[in-house]
Amino acid sequence: MRVRVGDYGVYAYTGSRLPDRTAPNIVFVHGSANDHSVFALQSRYFAYHGRNVYAVDLPGHGNSEGEPLRNVETLADWLIAFFNAAELKEVTLVGHSLGSLAVLEAAARHPERVSRLALLGTAVPMAVNDQLLAAAAANDHVAFELINGWSFSAKRLLGGNPWPGMWMTAQAMRLMERVRPNVLYADLVACREYTNGLRAAAGVWCSSLMLLGARDVMTPAKAARDLTATLRDVSVVTLDCGHSMMSEQPDAVLDALREFLR
Amino acid sequence: MGWKFDFATGSSSGVYRVAGSTWAFAFRYYSPQRRCRLQSAVAARAESMAKPRTHQFDTLTLHAGAVPDPATGARATPIYQTTSFVFPDTDHAAALFNMERAGHIYSRISNPTCAVLEERIAALEDGVGAIATASGQAALHLAIVTLMGAGSHIVASRALYGGSHNLLAFTLPRFGITTTFVDPRNLDEWRSAIRPETRLLFGETLGNPGLDVLDIPRVAALAHDHRLPLLVDSTFTTPWLVRPFDHGADLVFHSATKFLSGHGVLIGGLLVDSGRFAWDAADARGKFATLTEPYPGFHEMVFVEESTTAAFLLRARREGIRDFGACMAPFTAFQLLQGIETLPLRMAKHVDNTRKIVAFLREHPLVGAIGYPELPEHPDHALAQKLLPRGSGAVFSFDLKGTREQGRRFIESLKLFSHLANVGDAKSLVIHPASTTHFRMSAEDLRKAGITEGTIRLSVGLEDPEDLKEDLSRALHAAGKA
Ligand SMILES: Cc1ncc(COP(=O)(O)O)c(C=O)c1O
Repeated sequence: MRVRVGDYGVYAYTGSRLPDRTAPNIVFVHGSANDHSVFALQSRYFAYHGRNVYAVDLPGHGNSEGEPLRNVETLADWLIAFFNAAELKEVTLVGHSLGSLAVLEAAARHPERVSRLALLGTAVPMAVNDQLLAAAAANDHVAFELINGWSFSAKRLLGGNPWPGMWMTAQAMRLMERVRPNVLYADLVACREYTNGLRAAAGVWCSSLMLLGARDVMTPAKAARDLTATLRDVSVVTLDCGHSMMSEQPDAVLDALREFLR
Repeated sequence: MGWKFDFATGSSSGVYRVAGSTWAFAFRYYSPQRRCRLQSAVAARAESMAKPRTHQFDTLTLHAGAVPDPATGARATPIYQTTSFVFPDTDHAAALFNMERAGHIYSRISNPTCAVLEERIAALEDGVGAIATASGQAALHLAIVTLMGAGSHIVASRALYGGSHNLLAFTLPRFGITTTFVDPRNLDEWRSAIRPETRLLFGETLGNPGLDVLDIPRVAALAHDHRLPLLVDSTFTTPWLVRPFDHGADLVFHSATKFLSGHGVLIGGLLVDSGRFAWDAADARGKFATLTEPYPGFHEMVFVEESTTAAFLLRARREGIRDFGACMAPFTAFQLLQGIETLPLRMAKHVDNTRKIVAFLREHPLVGAIGYPELPEHPDHALAQKLLPRGSGAVFSFDLKGTREQGRRFIESLKLFSHLANVGDAKSLVIHPASTTHFRMSAEDLRKAGITEGTIRLSVGLEDPEDLKEDLSRALHAAGKA
């Protein structure tokens, strides 16, 4: 689906389905240098199980136009603008990594629009390694390599993909390689500079789910502790995987979301 | 009290007893060179703190895609000899069918043993994934039918394996897909053969039979200028000699029957996607409708929307393997995994033996031209140095000076080299193309393909090279007397 948000065209994956105005909405928000396809299986499931799915490409990513947004607060406002453009009154928000910060902030800013909140591979604050940031600033391919190395659990760096025949580290690599220069850097800066996380969490009134990877080196599970303590109505599910949980453990991620949205 | 200086390590050590207590010391003298080396070692260690976590090629040949079997702990990849897989419940079944959950349904579409192999070849080629097929021919067919239908056009190298040539020149035109064949060395020919309905450029890393080295970077750049993908048959090279994706190719296939399997025991193919080609690029819109338009055969799925990086493989599996059905058997996949485990060792020895055989033949009076790119007189010598630094493989042809009868005598006198139609076995092989693989070709086409009555093709195996030379020497002697 394509809509205009402000001056730019925005793409959202809907599972090739038309919206049903009576069904609840879910918006999926990807992380740094990624796009909607990181949620392929999970978003498709909900699209065929009674929900309107919108897995967006953030500005400057995937098939959406424009430049990457400067910070998490702007991303949160952009999400609300997207809801307006797509005529979504109330949504469940699912965000991964940078996307988790954007949905957290959006839920705090507009509690009336967000019915539930799922934060995947999240950390508050979201530290970004200095060498990674420097490599991203230089548009050095090493940045992608570092991310890949830290995003998959050691075991999964050797594959064993539950999705048959796909070598997931190269898939993750190709996805990042597609972004234009400076996009990764902009995303990482947005992650690192977001300081409002705990305040936002205190302002979230809906129930929330935190899905953490026990082997996540990018956003280690322990870096989400303060967030867990702050959110009002939160359930935490820790999976045996790294940061790239949707590809490492697609079914477990889906089952946790299903349980949460039951 | 004692003291010693060790010249080897540059360290001195000793024990002193002073006033009843014992003092031990160890002192190490570092020469400036040694100090410098140590400092760089420390720097390297600091650097390694932020080194990307990856695995090297040889490690991937053994491990990629394979985890110990979750059910039994089996270390070797089990042969999942089953047609189908039990669904936990009906919702799960529906979700598997509709690509909402990961897993296997039916072994034509995917199988756990084949999936390990697919991941492994993808890892070795640096591709996003792969599909294991019934043969190399099936892999080529799958690549083509996934990208195009009737009315489409391919530009292919003229120096192709005979079976690929048959498919493109005689069989596919019946289904409306035509091919223009070009001299792989002539970039202008490639360029001028491209038409609006062209959907694919195709060549072999090492062409048949003259081992024309495909200039992958230049042909890929040309393809991309026209928003077209380049498919490369990498059968003769395997990823150990060259990874075509590193040089710009978009799709690779292997006749896994050959060096990947390595033991002449199976027929199989592998089709790998780099994940780089932008099927939906604005200026390519409409060209790859199989990937960019809704597919009624799968819930109006638009493959590029479903998968940003692997739309091609998704369609190839969800349509091509599903409908054409040329899948690989799990036992074949198991044997291929065994073969790939020793790929680096075997390829090194194949190449090493080949160099020795080439050097031997070069000195022999009955041997004319030898088509091996490592020889300075080969037209692609410089390109081979660049693209194939580890070697130009283990299959090559040479001209036996003499009559057809002498050629016959040569082949029949060989004892270690087996006369058969295959390459890439651990055992050495030989064939006479004019009377076998290329017998359908006219004299004119043979000449164009660089084949003469005396052309002999060898596939050098892993035997002791002295024994191979001895075998060749004896057969050449017999041919000389015929
Ligand atoms: C270069 C090349 N490509 C493709 C093929 C076809 O492969 P298969 O025999 O596995 O179908 C062969 C077989 O000889 C080959 O040598």
